[in-house]
Amino acid sequence: MCLAIPAEVVQIEDEMATVRIGDALRKTSLILLPDKAELGDYVIVHAGFAIHKIDPEEAAESLRLLRELASFASEEDHG
Amino acid sequence: MEYLDEYRDPEAAKSLIETLHRRSPFDRQIRLMEICGTHTVAIFRSGMRQLLPDWIRLISGPGCPVCVTASEDIDRSIWLSRQPEVIITTFGDLVRVPGSSSSLHRERSRGADVRVVYATLDALRIAEENPSKQVVFLGIGFETTAPTVAAAIRQAAAQGVDNFSVFSAHKLLPPAMRALLDSKDLNLDGFICPGHVSTIIGAAAYEEVVSRYHIPCVVTGFEPLDILHSIHLLVDMVLKREAKVINQYRRAVKWEGNLAAQRLIDEIFEPADATWRGLGMIPGSGLKIREKWSTFDAVKRFAMPVIEVKEHPGCKCGEVLRGVMTPPECGLFRKVCTPGDPKGPCMVSSEGTCGAYYRYQG
Repeated sequence: MCLAIPAEVVQIEDEMATVRIGDALRKTSLILLPDKAELGDYVIVHAGFAIHKIDPEEAAESLRLLRELASFASEEDHG
Repeated sequence: MEYLDEYRDPEAAKSLIETLHRRSPFDRQIRLMEICGTHTVAIFRSGMRQLLPDWIRLISGPGCPVCVTASEDIDRSIWLSRQPEVIITTFGDLVRVPGSSSSLHRERSRGADVRVVYATLDALRIAEENPSKQVVFLGIGFETTAPTVAAAIRQAAAQGVDNFSVFSAHKLLPPAMRALLDSKDLNLDGFICPGHVSTIIGAAAYEEVVSRYHIPCVVTGFEPLDILHSIHLLVDMVLKREAKVINQYRRAVKWEGNLAAQRLIDEIFEPADATWRGLGMIPGSGLKIREKWSTFDAVKRFAMPVIEVKEHPGCKCGEVLRGVMTPPECGLFRKVCTPGDPKGPCMVSSEGTCGAYYRYQG
């Protein structure tokens, strides 16, 4: 099952990282990650491997689209 | 938590649902299928099924890897666990799936060495720690799991771990989507495409399905607002009679996917025909280990016999996986098939449709 929660990179040693997922710390391999991970980055982890580094700009843009849709909806409610 | 709480805002969810209600009534149902077990669970857990307008029908498809694994592959895994000096390593879900006459769980109580691991590299470590044993990893999973298995095989080769092998029963989702659409009895209007499978294969991987079948696809995140956003995007396209791929889950999915992981899959595996529970044989929908890496292929290392498969006669897992039947329509559901005593894999797995119905919507 996919772990839907993004993990924060808190330590890096060669190709392994320690990530924080919620309150838990986990060892995660970085060998499948195309981008270089740095401390404080958020990554998507699947079964012990980081598979994607979250791009904060992409995240902000998609959240903006989402909020736009939701606020447009609530404006209609009250309008 | 970062990248999480903002996608769970109940006020925003409420307004997204209300907007959908204002669009009704339609002259027909809009049928959307999710093909990822994590989406199935997220949809049930959020309670949104009861809140959506009744002209939107969410259908759970073959998105649970354990559930779609063919009975013969379950039986072959059980056969492997009975071989002398073998340690079976697997993700947890598979252990309790009933085969024709046993399960890995039952074999373990009879003395088989079956170990649940969190990651494929843990399986490799067990092989290193037990040089006199044969350690087999059961490769059950979609495109998200395949690169992690490929990484373990490559590392085993690099470190000379020759008592490690993989039973590859991996499945690829786009061929299964084509098979579902070819079956004609589903009348789907759109796909809620999986999140982390798409992290690997990219949103671009659905373009072929979209152009061939003219069906909208939205790559979707796992939080309630992600899923509601995706439903909006799909409904928009259905109404405009448009079909394209939209990537709603841009924070975790690139258009082209994870190219490093794709290259690794391609290095170790090649596409192969595969049998899915409920869908039958689908050409090119599986992955087999390439000849170059065949020393790590459990199928080559062990002379597996042909096993005659017996499934529970009343189990409708196959129909549930194809989305043509809901769990409560199965005669076994809740009566004799429960998470405590499952008759089929869809009830065993935490992400199986029957398990989700049992827990969240009795």
